[in-house]
Amino acid sequence: MISYLLRHLQVLFYTLGQLTAAPLATLMTVAVIGITLALPSGLYVLLENMQRMTAHWEGGAQISLFLQTTTSDSAAQKLAEKLRRTPGVAEIEYLSADDALLEFKQLSGFGEALDALDSNPLPPVLVVWPAPDYSKPQALEALRKSFSKFGEVDIAQLDLEWVKRLHIILRLAQRGVLLLGGLLGMAVLLVISNTIRLAIFNRKDEIQIIKLIGGTDAFIQRPFLYSGWLQGTLGAIMAWLLVTLGLALLAGPIGDLAILYGSQFNLANMALGPSMALLGIGGGLGWLASRIAVGRHLRAIEPT
Amino acid sequence: MILFDHVYKRYPGGQEALKDICFDLPTGEMAFLTGHSGAGKSTLLKIITLIERPSRGQAIVNNKNLSTYPRRHIPYLRREIGVVFQDHKLLYDRTVFDNVALPLVVAGHRHQDIGRRVRAALDKVGLLKKERVYPITLSGGEQQRVGIARAVVNRPPLLLADEPTGNLDAALSDEIMDLFVSFNQHGVTVLVATHDLRHIKRLRMPVLTLSQGYMVDGQQKQGQMDL
Repeated sequence: MISYLLRHLQVLFYTLGQLTAAPLATLMTVAVIGITLALPSGLYVLLENMQRMTAHWEGGAQISLFLQTTTSDSAAQKLAEKLRRTPGVAEIEYLSADDALLEFKQLSGFGEALDALDSNPLPPVLVVWPAPDYSKPQALEALRKSFSKFGEVDIAQLDLEWVKRLHIILRLAQRGVLLLGGLLGMAVLLVISNTIRLAIFNRKDEIQIIKLIGGTDAFIQRPFLYSGWLQGTLGAIMAWLLVTLGLALLAGPIGDLAILYGSQFNLANMALGPSMALLGIGGGLGWLASRIAVGRHLRAIEPT
Repeated sequence: MILFDHVYKRYPGGQEALKDICFDLPTGEMAFLTGHSGAGKSTLLKIITLIERPSRGQAIVNNKNLSTYPRRHIPYLRREIGVVFQDHKLLYDRTVFDNVALPLVVAGHRHQDIGRRVRAALDKVGLLKKERVYPITLSGGEQQRVGIARAVVNRPPLLLADEPTGNLDAALSDEIMDLFVSFNQHGVTVLVATHDLRHIKRLRMPVLTLSQGYMVDGQQKQGQMDL
């Protein structure tokens, strides 16, 4: 058993030696694999980040209750008090018609134009923040419906539709990344199997001699399988480095952008799990590719 | 050790390389296989090493019937046969030591075992001092001796040689041939294909002669050669 492992270890180091003996060719292959794997991995990481960023948006959903313009201040305050005691309401803010006009003047830039109006067209608003255990879309919807039944409430609006849409778009993008990853995985498979095919033909004489002195197919294919696995794994490491580098380049501008939006968002690199998966996928693809190449070409080389 | 019983070999093109070959090389014997180029010497050796299969007839090597021998077992049969080639078939990117060690590595021998056996084989062919050298730096005779060391390193019961002295001068080729004789004296069955009649006269061994695919004088015993 130990001698079996030792032999495999020997083959591994022999293969490593062969790869480093032609550093430029190896580097080129590894770079092609790395770039190919970096594209879907990078998109995956960006999507993960977007999902992380939008995850708490759903929780931050609010329900705006636009009251009848005829509602008096005191009636609105009374309603606010009543709502504050209903289950599912965490906080409530009252924005009187005047406050609303003031805020609109500041934010819209229509200040001058609004001064020309002789009456305030805006309704008073109650902004309701639901309790955390009411953050599910169905619960929010039920809450909104119950609010709309009050006579003072003109329109009860849940600002959630666009969050829902965003999540569906993200899911769609995820599917797209998966599809792209599948296609590029096929490309990696072809690249590695072609390299291995060339390696097999370059060592045709050696293979013939080894077959003549009694080398089994398993013995002959072992270094090629290791070579494919190694190239795939090195390519995956290269892809990881490329993604990390890309994220480092994006981190600065994204941080600045987040600050402008008053957020503390930081780009996160690939977690340990996905990184390991990337290494495994790279190595696995390499192994599979050389397996295919070896299966197709090794049998054809017989001593003559 | 080798028994051919009405063996025919027809290549896919329709060319018949061997016709009705019958001979027996008993264990422990040494014999020459001779004939003009194209007479079928190489084909006969290829059948023994299972590079080719007989089209008809029975060929038995070391008690194994070659016509029905399963493909996946061929490597194990080849480990019982040492082969010396005219063009040496060495690996030029590996040292003499690694070349000679190859049959042992392939068969999965232990590391310590390999060193001991390789040095013994190199000692036998007088190249012990060259183990770290690459074969390309050696002369033709020395390269051939590396090939011989590789052929005998795992002590096969049968040794085949295909024109082992083809490119060597007389003195060198005598040396090589004497090596085969000495292996034979240690109990190895030896079959040497050569068209060098000088050795055949000098060594007085049984001769198998091929001509246009036929075996012309079957088994000649010592002293019966008259050329």
